[in-house]
Amino acid sequence: MSAALDLAPLWLTLRLATVTTIILLLVGTPLAWWLARTGCRLKTAIEAVVALPLVLPPTVVGFYLLVAMGPHGPLGHLWQSVGGEPLVFTFTGLVIGSAVYSLPFVVQPLQNAFESVGNGLLEAAATLRASPLDRFFTVAVPLARPGFLTAITLGFAHTVGEFGVVLMIGGNIPDKTKVVSIAIYDHVEALEYSQAHWLAALLLAFSFVVLLGVYAVNRRYRLAQA
Amino acid sequence: MSSIKVRFALARGDFRLDAEFEAPGKGVTALFGQSGSGKTTLLRCIAGLERAPGGFLAINGEVWQDETRGHFLPTHKRPLGYVFQDARLFPHLNVRRNLEFGWKRTSVAQRQVAFEQAVGWMGLDKLLARSPQHLSGGEKQRVAIARALLTGPKLLIMDEPLAALDAAAKAEILPYFDRLHEELAIPLIYVSHALEEVTRLADHLLLMAAGRITAAGSPSQVLTRLDLPLSHLDDAAAAVDAVVAGHDEEFGLSYLDFPGGRITTPRQPFASGHAVRVRILAKDVSLALDLPKRTSILNIFPARVAEIVEHNPAQLLVSLTVGEARLLARITRKSAALLDLQPGMEVYAQVKGVALMP
Repeated sequence: MSAALDLAPLWLTLRLATVTTIILLLVGTPLAWWLARTGCRLKTAIEAVVALPLVLPPTVVGFYLLVAMGPHGPLGHLWQSVGGEPLVFTFTGLVIGSAVYSLPFVVQPLQNAFESVGNGLLEAAATLRASPLDRFFTVAVPLARPGFLTAITLGFAHTVGEFGVVLMIGGNIPDKTKVVSIAIYDHVEALEYSQAHWLAALLLAFSFVVLLGVYAVNRRYRLAQA
Repeated sequence: MSSIKVRFALARGDFRLDAEFEAPGKGVTALFGQSGSGKTTLLRCIAGLERAPGGFLAINGEVWQDETRGHFLPTHKRPLGYVFQDARLFPHLNVRRNLEFGWKRTSVAQRQVAFEQAVGWMGLDKLLARSPQHLSGGEKQRVAIARALLTGPKLLIMDEPLAALDAAAKAEILPYFDRLHEELAIPLIYVSHALEEVTRLADHLLLMAAGRITAAGSPSQVLTRLDLPLSHLDDAAAAVDAVVAGHDEEFGLSYLDFPGGRITTPRQPFASGHAVRVRILAKDVSLALDLPKRTSILNIFPARVAEIVEHNPAQLLVSLTVGEARLLARITRKSAALLDLQPGMEVYAQVKGVALMP
């Protein structure tokens, strides 16, 4: 097998992680903001639901997603009734599954960051004529910057490293659902150890560099704030 | 029309706020009360940070809240400036950007002071590029005050702005308050539990206890009322408004006229005609039945005993009228018995010390 063939799973993985992270930021930011500020009784229950993927085996999450996204499952049925392609064993299905599985890795850092911003500065902004949305974008978001960086990194890296959920709902279709982690597994199964080595090492180096970058930036930010 | 009308009632656990008052539409209204009396809660209602069900608030004829008609302006739509006890500067913005935060969100028509003017008043020229983390406590409060002024408020609210500062920082910032007092055309509600600040700054005084307004009036009245707790504090004092009448350069003295007599003080750096407030502590006033002669005390005023109450088993509090002014005297019960002091008696009040509050 040539090295060129092997890069396809890599690009697919990066594409999946990027799309998933963007969707998670769009969904997770308002959710984290709400969780950080609400006095609603449902808060605890919703926090627990968000955290479920942290403790469940990926196969459990994958199994339920497979059922839900199948043509007879609620999600798959809804999707197809509005004209969508079947979800299972497609890139779209993979994005949905990854988003669910990586949700706590984005929501929790954001919620912590928003909570640490506190009420005082938002009240001060209100007395300075800033509307609620204005306060969110000019006070809460800038002050929660380290939380955003952590959320983006963890969401992205966790999607890159995912295996079980992908296997359950995506299968192993080249260019559509065959991501790096699956490709490595394939190589090992086929006893192509050198190919597996290349991909595994790339993933390891990538993860290390990303985390190193995040910690360095967050450290500098904290020093600048202190 | 030219007044602040406030009515708020609110229950928070064990605490009940039930405050109603009307105060002048300009000058400093000081809200004085012990910790936990509900001062901050009342301010938060005025700012719209708390919503009281039956609340009403009108500032110089503009109704900001009238819940009987379902009217409630949210905080960011109320033209007010709020200076918090802890300054609350934005840590991610430098001083200039903190000042610009409200300024940029205020329409040109609503602005009352120029940017440079507010910076100048509060002495911030050299601090503009600094980050709030590198400011002293006093500097932070000055930035917070300028930031509030730059929104062109129709009401300025200050919640114990000096409480978190040490004595040196207080001394440094008080002259800025005096300037504010002189320059400001809008009403200022100033909350404090320090009697000296209140005596210095207040044009109108509100007393608060257990969520209610218990007294209101001019400082000279409220401070000297013996039925109120202020006159029973250790540093109880009367506030007398006076005007610089002249100076005696030979002896290095200044003369201050008040509606009741002439006060002699060490030379003051004010021109004749300058209005000053004089603080006279109750413990610095003694009483005599005859005009004392051959005494070192220069400030002796004919007075009439208005009221006498017990302060503690050994001491009495006496309120006096001196012309139109009122003084407090704290004397021993034994002296009162020896002089056979009674309300209505003509006496001489000897004042050992006066403190000027420019």
